[in-house]
Amino acid sequence: MNSFVSRFASTGHDVELRKAREAFGDEDESLEMWGSQAGFGPLSKGVPSFSVPAVPDPSAFLRLHTDDHADPSCRIKIKHGTTTLAFRFRGGVIVAVDSRATAGSYIASGTVKKVIEINPYLLGTMAGGAADCQYWETYLGIQCRLHELRNRERISVSAASKYLSNLVYSYKGMGLSMGTMICGWDKTGPAVFYVDSDGTRLKGDVFSVGSGSTFAYGVLDQGYHWDLTDEEAQELGRRSIYAAGHRDAYSGNTINLYHVKEDGWKFIGNYDVSEMHYEGPAGVGYGYEIRTAGKSSANPPPEPESQTAQT
Amino acid sequence: MPDGSYAHPQQRQFNPYTENGGTILAIAGADFTVIAGDTRQSEGYSIQTRYAPKVFRLTDRAVLAVNGFAADGNMFVKKVKQRLEWYRHAHAKDMPLRAIARLIQTMLYAQRFFPYYVYNILGGIEEDGSGAVYSFDPVGSYEREACRAAGAAQSLVQPFLDNQIYFKNQQLPPGQTRPLHLSLSDVLSIVIDSFTSATERHIEVGDGLEIYVVLAKGRGPQGLEAVRGAQELTTNAEGDRVFIVRRELKKD
Repeated sequence: MNSFVSRFASTGHDVELRKAREAFGDEDESLEMWGSQAGFGPLSKGVPSFSVPAVPDPSAFLRLHTDDHADPSCRIKIKHGTTTLAFRFRGGVIVAVDSRATAGSYIASGTVKKVIEINPYLLGTMAGGAADCQYWETYLGIQCRLHELRNRERISVSAASKYLSNLVYSYKGMGLSMGTMICGWDKTGPAVFYVDSDGTRLKGDVFSVGSGSTFAYGVLDQGYHWDLTDEEAQELGRRSIYAAGHRDAYSGNTINLYHVKEDGWKFIGNYDVSEMHYEGPAGVGYGYEIRTAGKSSANPPPEPESQTAQT
Repeated sequence: MPDGSYAHPQQRQFNPYTENGGTILAIAGADFTVIAGDTRQSEGYSIQTRYAPKVFRLTDRAVLAVNGFAADGNMFVKKVKQRLEWYRHAHAKDMPLRAIARLIQTMLYAQRFFPYYVYNILGGIEEDGSGAVYSFDPVGSYEREACRAAGAAQSLVQPFLDNQIYFKNQQLPPGQTRPLHLSLSDVLSIVIDSFTSATERHIEVGDGLEIYVVLAKGRGPQGLEAVRGAQELTTNAEGDRVFIVRRELKKD
């Protein structure tokens, strides 16, 4: 009723604004920007709207000016470089990620949150463009909540991941860059889906994404089986990201570990990669030279303090 | 050629971006935040002006620093200020800091296919009274941090901040614990030292320094009374308060 009245009213701020819009053909400002709906700017009309440069090929323009791994010389550097993993097992889903963001060879941040908490039952991971993942997974969270309100039940992991994959597919060729795992627990039990910006969507038990994924897979595949205990599974996730942080220059700093169970996800902890190398999570370092100290003549035990003082 | 065609292949490019140098920096304390930037604006090796502000007061509790392409930066700040004014008219209060951070993300991401070439750092006071710094990339990915440097001398300043603010790679004397938060006077010294040092080693940094200090509601001005020339910009003295401190930097 209110909107009906205001549509035919001839006074008030919204009418003035409407007249101004008609006169100037203003496109980026809408009425919704006034009130509390202002929050999600380009989504205020229901569907996202983006401004595009007035050139024959907008995605070629974007490629020219934004950083692609192949061309680090261009001006706008978007944060890249990552190791993320997620796997399904009897006790739920383990999600583990590193926290390094690089722009060229500069470490832009060592404290990035690469696990995006979509809602208390769904997690998304971030690899590729940080902004693309952050923005669209937040957007996915909105749509999941709307699904809940419309259908009186939580969205399945399968449906949520398909929503995202259809969405990024509609932007195919425009330059989005994301490789993500949508993880959660629904009526079917624990579930992990891999979704990327090419439009690929895969259901699976074990995934790792990012520049350090090969190193993480090496450890993960070796230690993985379905009947892992919760502690063993968490240790496997942590140890796999450590391996990637150790061998991949674009990954490292700290590990963030999450465990999804029937009653939703739980944050297990944040672990420094260097600390894991020397001390490990329980006093025994992951590092090769730490584990093998004193086991061979090539790697003799450290000299006792008193002897070092004499020489 | 006489018929209007070209003898050689021609190539054209739409290049709407340039880099205007300078550096910005923000550090959050327990109940205050300091946001600073130099005032030199340059293009290549020539200095366009010695006074072009890069740090802007948004509200009594939020200050935004922008670095990168100055034209994009100024337009972006203008649009953020406009949205905050609309919010004020609709809700009769200032937008909370974390909401401004999300607003900036969506405004930057709306330009995903024609980005603003700007690195933003937002500093201020949260609703719980704590100091906060949010840093953004040009297309809107953001993170809350305790400190952040951006711009030309980012790679000179950030390692210094990691050492002095996060105590990275510092071995403390036995029995001594590191303080959880630094005092305002310590933070101001670190900020000024960061910029004088960056001015010495980076050609795009210098001329002037503008430091904004945001104090949480109810916090006294301790740490600021001894500072020469601190000027208050607050509009409502009951809430959080904003001050500006100006300093000269070397001009060569």
